[in-house]
Amino acid sequence: MSSVAIGKEKGFGATFWDYLTTVDHKKLGNMYFFAGLLFFAIAGLEALMIRIQLMVPNNDFVSAGFYNELLTMHGTTMLFLAAMPLLFGFMNAIVPLQIGARDVAFPFLNSLGFWLFFLGAIFLHLSFFMGGAPDAGWTSYASLSLYSPGHGIDFYVLGLQISGAGTLISGINFIVTIVTMRAPGMTFMRMPLFTWTTLITSALIVFAFPALTVALFFMLADRMFGSNFFDHTMGGNTVIWEHLFWIFGHPEVYILILPAFGLFSEIIPVFARKRLFGYSSMVFATILIGFLGFMVWAHHMFTTGLGPTANAIFAVSTMAIAVPTGMKVFNWILTIWGGSIKVTVPMIYALGFIPSFVAGGVTGVMQAVAPLDYQLHDSYFIVAHFHYVIVGGIILAIFGAAHFYWPIMFNRALNEKLGFVVFWLFFIGFHMTFFIQHFLGLMGMPRRVFTYQADQGWDLFNFISSIGALLMGVGVILLVVNMFLSIKSKPLNTRDYWNDGRTLEWAIKTPVPFYNFKQTPLVRGYDPYWIEKSEGNKEGMTFAEPIGEIHMPNGSILPLVMSIGLFIASFGALYHPDGVSWSIPVIILGLGITVASMIVRSFKDDLGFHVSKEEVIATEESLYGKGGNK
Amino acid sequence: MMKGLKKWRLFSLLAVMTVFLSACGEEYISTLQPAGAVGKEQFNLLLFSITIMALVTVVVSVLYIYAFLKFRRSKQGEDYMPKQVEGSHTLEVIWTVIPIILLLILAVPTLMSTYKLGDVSAMEQVDENGNKTELIVDVTAKLYWWEFAYPELGIVTSQELVVPTGEKVYFNLKAADVKHSFWIPSIGGKMDTNVENINKFYLIFDEESEGLKDGVFYGKCTELCGPSHALMDFKVKTLAPEAFDAWVASMQATEGQTASQDSTDLGEATFAASCLGCHAVSSVTGMPSGAAIGPNLTTFGDRSHIAGYLEHEKENLVNWIKNPEKYKPGNLMTNAYDPKKFSDEEINALADYIMSLSVEQ
Repeated sequence: MSSVAIGKEKGFGATFWDYLTTVDHKKLGNMYFFAGLLFFAIAGLEALMIRIQLMVPNNDFVSAGFYNELLTMHGTTMLFLAAMPLLFGFMNAIVPLQIGARDVAFPFLNSLGFWLFFLGAIFLHLSFFMGGAPDAGWTSYASLSLYSPGHGIDFYVLGLQISGAGTLISGINFIVTIVTMRAPGMTFMRMPLFTWTTLITSALIVFAFPALTVALFFMLADRMFGSNFFDHTMGGNTVIWEHLFWIFGHPEVYILILPAFGLFSEIIPVFARKRLFGYSSMVFATILIGFLGFMVWAHHMFTTGLGPTANAIFAVSTMAIAVPTGMKVFNWILTIWGGSIKVTVPMIYALGFIPSFVAGGVTGVMQAVAPLDYQLHDSYFIVAHFHYVIVGGIILAIFGAAHFYWPIMFNRALNEKLGFVVFWLFFIGFHMTFFIQHFLGLMGMPRRVFTYQADQGWDLFNFISSIGALLMGVGVILLVVNMFLSIKSKPLNTRDYWNDGRTLEWAIKTPVPFYNFKQTPLVRGYDPYWIEKSEGNKEGMTFAEPIGEIHMPNGSILPLVMSIGLFIASFGALYHPDGVSWSIPVIILGLGITVASMIVRSFKDDLGFHVSKEEVIATEESLYGKGGNK
Repeated sequence: MMKGLKKWRLFSLLAVMTVFLSACGEEYISTLQPAGAVGKEQFNLLLFSITIMALVTVVVSVLYIYAFLKFRRSKQGEDYMPKQVEGSHTLEVIWTVIPIILLLILAVPTLMSTYKLGDVSAMEQVDENGNKTELIVDVTAKLYWWEFAYPELGIVTSQELVVPTGEKVYFNLKAADVKHSFWIPSIGGKMDTNVENINKFYLIFDEESEGLKDGVFYGKCTELCGPSHALMDFKVKTLAPEAFDAWVASMQATEGQTASQDSTDLGEATFAASCLGCHAVSSVTGMPSGAAIGPNLTTFGDRSHIAGYLEHEKENLVNWIKNPEKYKPGNLMTNAYDPKKFSDEEINALADYIMSLSVEQ
């Protein structure tokens, strides 16, 4: 991409090609965001079908087998293909700006991470049209998934393997970016909380995802190439799958919730007009949650029969996580305490988050009481609990942050009135759907049931729950409408849209030029933009360097080609157990494409390009008029 | 006046909620109305932890709502600039220490109860004759039905667990095909039936099931096990010790009972020709626990439900025999025989015969 292209209309083909080859963190952030939104919509639709099926007893809206596919794809998609990419979208769009970097450390890998995720996700969803989706739950416990006929589980294994590799790559990328590319003066203890949580989340990804990778490879070998890691009749062991899955799976929920905490830690101080209370303890709590997150996986397995000693240890370690999480909640409350609270759309999501998340958190502690969990486990109580933390924590964070960062990401603002309507629909619908499910669980309703008989006292609560789900559905549709409306709205061409921005990303005028800051900023303390503003600095930042040449990376189509290679190879592996003759050649072809593009990448020196001082000034003037970003 | 009205409203709301909740749980399946010592202990833990957690939630909510109401910008003024506080060590210590104390208080009964409920050492106890002193039931979960074998008593049944009240009943839990989980909500917490190992735990049944709606407690499979996971129900009949002993005796008396192809009863003859290969009609089979291909039907006539969840009517049994796939998708009985080879008369007689199998009449 050349700087001259900025500000000029491009044809559809050129724009399309630009997005296929881009390594720009802002564009990749947007692509992550919209891909995540697409899968969020698909998984949301699956959730609505689930709730319609359970609205009345003995319903036959969907069949038993299809229901299992729906519940599996709902969980898998929401966690791996909706929540994670949506959060990656914000990480990509915001973190480099927050630390004053030009891009991430490995822009090429950033693009590769996206395409691996996206093609893995597409592959997984093709299962619906190619003989049936996976149907063993998002946990895909080994005995059932080995037993499951058809190719559903194979799609799950291969799709997640590919998109998991993308996630792992992105995790490594963010660690390196945050550790090495902070602007001068941005010490670790001056980093914004969202950057901190991104760093810790990336570390969790690097340690947790290999466990999933190993488990998926075992499953792949078992199902497609006849090995016996999990086949107990041949000396395998399915409990090992449970361990591997949850050693990954529990950190996974912290991988998701920590960035959500980070987003709220950005939103709350802005609209309370007050510095984040207890910054250093917030950082400490984040690290502690990340660390303890690896110590608790077996609380998902209290009923597996690990014995009282294992259960006791994991009960206590699980309870321990409540302490740093509680610290965070109190720090947020003390941040608004004595502040000047302005209730905007992002802020109302943050305000709604605090009680919702506390409610989800305390039921988590109840489940840590192992003997009590014998009653709660795999009942609707669990469904209620994890939706309270995931919807009440992660999804509220994503929606709030979408409104909050929309001006930076798209140079537009979302409609505020519609934003409030969406919030109330979604928030009321959410509590209506899930609060009542706690009681369904206590009244003996197991989870993952495609139907229930009328004589068990669950009819009314299930009906209420389904109505709540419909409200949430309407809310999400209106949110998407709001996003489309924003395209038509006037460009903002401003900086610090919310007027009380504190961190570096608000110091830059939108639309953000492709090189971000024309001069690398000098960070003089925590909340650098706030410091500059309060000292009356009109430019919004102190610069660490004079205007000069900017070194930027070149775009490349290779990440997409590499991902397509793996995508093709997956079909070979998938049909291998059917004994088709073309399976091995297709695997070799696909892997060949990937390896060939890796070789091309290795032997072709791509040193990027330099934007001259004059081009920088010209770009600034074309974006912001004479004088540039002032 | 307004205040009084509000209080009255709050009170009536609470009263409605209480009535509402107690009216909604059914005593044969709700964990909120435990009918066994294990369930009661877990219920007490629920109340204990919910109290602590409610306390936490109330404190957080009060602080939060107060802060929110007091520090609105509309009250503070548009230009108000709050003091930029960094934090407070005292407060940090307070909200670290208090939760730790609360969790320690919660951890003590948790640990005690974990070890108590996990203690199955009595399963190995034998009297002077080498017989086990405790009642042990081998539970085998299969795609979509349950086998209950009593190895010390030499009997086996399926779909309806029969146990005595007032004593610890120990369970050996195992799955025959894929992982399932064994749960009787109103009696106590669940435990998984794994495919590769036997899990052991105990439950105590305090109340006789006689007076309940169907005369049984409801049991559930709580681990996703395939399309019919939701239908993999079982029932639990709890009897006073004497009644249980009588039931055991009548079960043992079925030894040698079988169906004959030469029988004048069309139902029995059909059964012997087509069903007996998988379904025993004697409770004393001599087979090891979990070895049966299909549910043991010795007590079929005594059961409260057909296929674990349908009403106990002949019509349902006829429909089931004609097309089991419709009632439990993915079950292993489908395709094990050809229902079309039966005439309507044969199916009718077959259903009559199966419904007549009983040890209690």
